[in-house]
Amino acid sequence: MAMTMTQKILAQKAGKSSVAAGELVECNLDLVFGNDITGPVAIGEFYKMGATKVFDANKVALVPDHFTPNKDIAAAGLAKTTREFARKMGVIYFEVGQVGVEHALLPEKGLIKPGDAVIGADSHTCTHGALGAFATGVGSTDMAAGMATGTAWFKIPEAIKVTITGKKQKYVSGKDIILHLIGILGVDGARYRSLEFCGDIGQLTMDDRFTMSNMAIEAGGKNGIFPVDEVTLEYIAAHGGNKGVAFTADPDAEYVREVVIDLSEVPLTVAFPHLPENARTVAEAEKMKIAIDQVVIGSCTNGRIDDMRAAAAVLKGRKVADFVRCIIFPATQAIWKQCVDEGLMNIFIDAGAAVSTPTCGPCLGGHMGILAEGEKCVSTTNRNFVGRMGHVTSEIYLASPVVAAASAVAGYICGPDSLE
Amino acid sequence: MKCKGFAHKYGDHIDTDVIIPARVLNNPDPAALAAHCMEDIDKDFVKRVKDGDIMVGGLNFGCGSSREHAPISIKAAGISCVIAENFARIFFRNAINIGLPVLECPEAAKEAAMGDEIEVDLDSGAIHNITKDKHYVAAAFPPFMQKIITAGGLVEYIKNKREG
Ligand code: SF4
Repeated sequence: MAMTMTQKILAQKAGKSSVAAGELVECNLDLVFGNDITGPVAIGEFYKMGATKVFDANKVALVPDHFTPNKDIAAAGLAKTTREFARKMGVIYFEVGQVGVEHALLPEKGLIKPGDAVIGADSHTCTHGALGAFATGVGSTDMAAGMATGTAWFKIPEAIKVTITGKKQKYVSGKDIILHLIGILGVDGARYRSLEFCGDIGQLTMDDRFTMSNMAIEAGGKNGIFPVDEVTLEYIAAHGGNKGVAFTADPDAEYVREVVIDLSEVPLTVAFPHLPENARTVAEAEKMKIAIDQVVIGSCTNGRIDDMRAAAAVLKGRKVADFVRCIIFPATQAIWKQCVDEGLMNIFIDAGAAVSTPTCGPCLGGHMGILAEGEKCVSTTNRNFVGRMGHVTSEIYLASPVVAAASAVAGYICGPDSLE
Repeated sequence: MKCKGFAHKYGDHIDTDVIIPARVLNNPDPAALAAHCMEDIDKDFVKRVKDGDIMVGGLNFGCGSSREHAPISIKAAGISCVIAENFARIFFRNAINIGLPVLECPEAAKEAAMGDEIEVDLDSGAIHNITKDKHYVAAAFPPFMQKIITAGGLVEYIKNKREG
């Protein structure tokens, strides 16, 4: 029976020679993780299940990244619960000073490899599909069960095939491609399905791929997976990872839908409030002269080194517009340090941007950049839902780092070519 | 098991950020979460809701974040079950795991209005909109989900499996 990449991984982890869409399987897990919001709830459920130890301390990770450095006393309590459990169980844990945004940090630490089955109590767990793994977001109770048993139940998903053709235009990055795709699919177009990327992916950097897999959930997807190629293997070698098992889709695998994305036709793209599917071209937005109050560059979507370099290239020798706050969050400590080593930090500071320690911070309306009533923000994050970053009347425009940086300089939404 | 109550009706793509915003996730206590349920799109929900009431949504209900706090807050607010045209994947899974019944039934969801009195038979999936005097049947749960529901949630299911 012909299978997709996702189906092959799930079949292998379920100990079956083949599976079909719709089938329920129980899979062995290679990594189970959660954060300082979902972790404490999972820890409570873990004990309620009668569990006393995790199935494998080397396959469970706790990444306190959401409200850290602790935003208030209650959040400090959540971080404490997370820390104490990690210490007691001996699982993988990163303290403030080492921690980064989970979906940037775990691959960087070599903890995810091609062919893995991964669950994370965070919806953007789908990010790790960029490495050719099956990775999907679950809730805290599933995380608890995963920690206790090392297994999880899945319904084998149908798949949407996304074929990349053509050549990327100047400034266009993974963010534009995925916003463009979500504009086509809609926020529920991939509901319960896997997004399987293929075609001319060699031109996409690992960071482009992470950004694209990251937002599979924004089309409702169960996961978003890339085939393994030279680019993947180089990344893994550079991050001390194991090269795992590269699964390829059968040529006659079934897809419920096929979408071809011709990159020569993908422009700089921005998603208007309040859904990621509201994709418009930056050129169109520019004509509307949308004045902004804040710019956020970072997150599990666009807080990696490619993103920092892209933002710095635009900000170099320029200044953030008066009365605009530009806040930059390198996603991990290693990326932060790289920003220092490459001189990007000086560019950011000279431009008048605030640079923060790695945290999810404003991405989920946690802390470090909450929006007031009616404020508008251009953000490289992944969700522009009502109230996501602060007041319910505030507005979020999702864009790539170059567009966010250019908008910070101009004071309204625009692309880099519009800056003089 | 039967649920009966008044409908609190919402539209399409109700995301977990509006069900329960991140600013209150620093306290995962169900009662504390319930106090803020839906407040960003419906300030009066918390005041209006009575034990046993039914929440009705459109397409893709519960999209967005994986926070289990979302179904927990709905359940703790007193909602006995959620009917929607369909659900986002993680929300659906979380709701089953924590024992919040969720039913997919496009007609019942579309035709229900705010305040309609609705009765649901969870065993058969039969939905009766008493106000409109209309009957519907929701999609059946896959057998595996049924086992979790019967056990009273995933925690109990795993506990039984460990002990058994
Ligand atoms: S950066 Fe934002 S989207 Fe990513 S894990 Fe943190 S809160 Fe979630």
